[in-house]
Amino acid sequence: MLRFLLTRVSLVIPTFLGIILITFILIRLVPGDPIEVRTGERGISPERHAQMLHDWGLDRPLPVQFFSYVGNVLSGNFEKSLRTQRPVLGEFLELFPATLELAICAAIFAIVIGLPAGILAAVRRNTILDHGVMAASLAGYSMPIFWWGPMLILAFATNIGLGWTPVSGRIGAEFVVDRFTGFLTIDSLLSGDTDAFWSALHHLILPTIVLGTIPLAVIARMTRSSMMEVLGEDYVRTARAKGLGSLRVISVHALRNALIPVVTVIGLQVGTLMGGAILTERVFSWPGVGTWLLGAIYQRDYPALQGGVLMVSTLVIVANLSVDLVYGLLNPRIRHRR
Amino acid sequence: MKRRIMGAVAFTAIALCLGAPAQAAKTLVYCSEGSPENFNPQINTTGTSFDTAYPVFNRLVEFEPGTTKLMPALAESWDVSDDGLSYTFHLRKGVKFHQVGSFAPTRDFNADDVIATFNRMWKADDAYAKVSGGAYDYFNDMGMPDLLASIDKVNENTVKFVLKKPESPFIANMGMDFAAIHSKEYMDAMLKAGTPEMVDQVPVGTGPFIFSSYEKDSKIVYKANANYFRGKQPIDNLIFAITPDQAVRTAKLQAGECDVAPYPAPADLPMLEQDANLQVLTQEGLNVGYLAFNVQKKPFDDKRVRQALNMAIDKDSIIKAVYQAAGKPAKNPIPPTIWSYDDAITPYPYDPEKAKAMLAEAGVTNLSTDLWYMPVQRPYNPDAKKIAELMQADLAKIGITAELKTFEWGEYRKRLQAGEHQMGLLGWTGDNGDPDNFMGVLLSCGSAREGGQNIAKWCNEDFTKLIDEAKLTADVAKRTELYTKAQEIFHEEAPWLPIAHSVVYMPMSKKVTGYKVHPLGTHIFEGVDIAE
Repeated sequence: MLRFLLTRVSLVIPTFLGIILITFILIRLVPGDPIEVRTGERGISPERHAQMLHDWGLDRPLPVQFFSYVGNVLSGNFEKSLRTQRPVLGEFLELFPATLELAICAAIFAIVIGLPAGILAAVRRNTILDHGVMAASLAGYSMPIFWWGPMLILAFATNIGLGWTPVSGRIGAEFVVDRFTGFLTIDSLLSGDTDAFWSALHHLILPTIVLGTIPLAVIARMTRSSMMEVLGEDYVRTARAKGLGSLRVISVHALRNALIPVVTVIGLQVGTLMGGAILTERVFSWPGVGTWLLGAIYQRDYPALQGGVLMVSTLVIVANLSVDLVYGLLNPRIRHRR
Repeated sequence: MKRRIMGAVAFTAIALCLGAPAQAAKTLVYCSEGSPENFNPQINTTGTSFDTAYPVFNRLVEFEPGTTKLMPALAESWDVSDDGLSYTFHLRKGVKFHQVGSFAPTRDFNADDVIATFNRMWKADDAYAKVSGGAYDYFNDMGMPDLLASIDKVNENTVKFVLKKPESPFIANMGMDFAAIHSKEYMDAMLKAGTPEMVDQVPVGTGPFIFSSYEKDSKIVYKANANYFRGKQPIDNLIFAITPDQAVRTAKLQAGECDVAPYPAPADLPMLEQDANLQVLTQEGLNVGYLAFNVQKKPFDDKRVRQALNMAIDKDSIIKAVYQAAGKPAKNPIPPTIWSYDDAITPYPYDPEKAKAMLAEAGVTNLSTDLWYMPVQRPYNPDAKKIAELMQADLAKIGITAELKTFEWGEYRKRLQAGEHQMGLLGWTGDNGDPDNFMGVLLSCGSAREGGQNIAKWCNEDFTKLIDEAKLTADVAKRTELYTKAQEIFHEEAPWLPIAHSVVYMPMSKKVTGYKVHPLGTHIFEGVDIAE
């Protein structure tokens, strides 16, 4: 197990270096530099442009900039945002709980609906229910966030639609909640402000549905196919032959084994959730790292973008690594493979 | 038992939710379009950031709400010396700075604050010069470092700016955002605490609203300043709810989640105007969108060709198709909201036949040229590509083949300023409401150099002489006369095809009163009220 763990962890280091290098190069391939982006129509004199490049250390050769950045990151310094001149790490940590709160809610939504839907479809194979679940999940999987979000807003949020939910944001503008964890639902309860709690919960509904739709579809489809495979196994047939009730066969014998690949897929959805969060946050004016990273791209804010991508990737890598390890624990064939 | 407790909690929560008493304090929610870079207008560059600092600060002089006329603010009055080189500001007494966080001011606003404010931007050895990146774009762009000779404290309440050369727009510069006055006491305190950057993140000013909190990318909360020198504001709380998406802002306004929401989509205007709960205020923006002819390249060195092109393009169709209701046709290089606008100028009519004849007269046949368009949407040009396509079609009708070109925005500006184009679309939004900010910056010989902002590369000495003279004259009537003459030359020489001045629309709840759309684009909430 230790060897397995070490092998997996050692693969992470080159992955990180690759991410830093790719982000570093890609953002610099985008035409325009952070100084020109600031200036607008008025432009900037070549002398002042050169001076600002120098002040911001952007006139150094690219390899020097790269290795200096890697050195800084290794010592825990993610540099300062060019746009706000505040430390990148501080900005990220300030915004990340908003993204995490949304992602967790979306994941719960996807699992709570996706798993039973997949199981039902597998058990009632080739019925209208099965076809319905599969068609809905295919539709959900194909739904672009930038379309799905505004559609839900128009249907449920404004006075054009049903007016059930707020249009956007994380909490009603009138609430100011003390920050403990950065999760507004928790912080509002900790401060004893129930109005704020309901407002935060209300604001979570539509973004959760929008961000959770694609993972939900993936989980439902994966659960269905995995469940169907398990239901065809000899030991399930044996269990049925023993005279066990259908519910018991499904929940005790089939489901546990069917869940192994589903857990992997859920782990992989962390990446989807993080990618989707960028678009969802944009649509719902959700103040998380997605909105922030998008701003960094527009402003050519190199340190913010590099740092942000690196930290989000770390999360995805850690999630995948954890899934690998859990999978290894669950399935001895994997951890013993050389 | 557990379930019963949960039920009781939920019931209580719902009861609390339903029975929450109406808040007595008046709150106005403004759905702003983006997050600020920081709260110090000295170092930031975007209108979005300026908006967030505006409620907190005052300047020595300010623009009257809804106009570009200057009025006294932290300076009660000012004198200009006969040679136009000294501006003496008599400061208002008894003005209090805000108390924010652990900082409590011990004295009133005085000359030291003015000097400390400007020294940060001007003196490289100032302790604050390098704080938060130390890029003072507007201070530099308005030519202040070359203009200022000294800033002297005459006494506690009098400060004198001495210039190296007379320059009339200087006083308008003092009303710009970058000239917002900071508290020296606060700056010193933060420096002593080892956190000078706090001055830029937690602003302390003398303005109508006190900064209360900022949740990044989410909202900014301000409280009314009870000690404000123009009196306490009608509203108690001002909230900026940051909402970058245009459609979402409109939806929030309709849903009553915000009271004021800027920058609506032109297509949504009829719907917003019909909404019984909303009102849409309007004001011609302080901007101009134009097509510049590069006069250094043939055949645009011939004014007959430039005039012909002014007649060949159907401006009204462009405005209908692209600006919709949000544009007024332009005929001068300055918008009608600026004093000295010459309304007597007759615009070139749309007359393709005459244009063809003029081209033939100039000996131009089968002309192939390029037409550059911006890759981005700007306040003065909502869709440059569409405008370029419409122009291309109009030009084809008189036998001109125009190849459309574009580049990344930064690259685009750089290449236009280097004069690589033959025809290029661009525009300008005014900074301080002074005619020189358009004509001097965009059309004088000085800015026609390579890399300069005169992208027509048009250097007309008579025009430049008038502009220069106007810049040295303090008398507004005299300046108006000079700028009127300059506009006549511009019209005759036709270095541009002026397209449009965009109209700014500001939708808001009917409950909001006292809001005035500011021609300079700042969103100002001083004096604004909201019915409960």
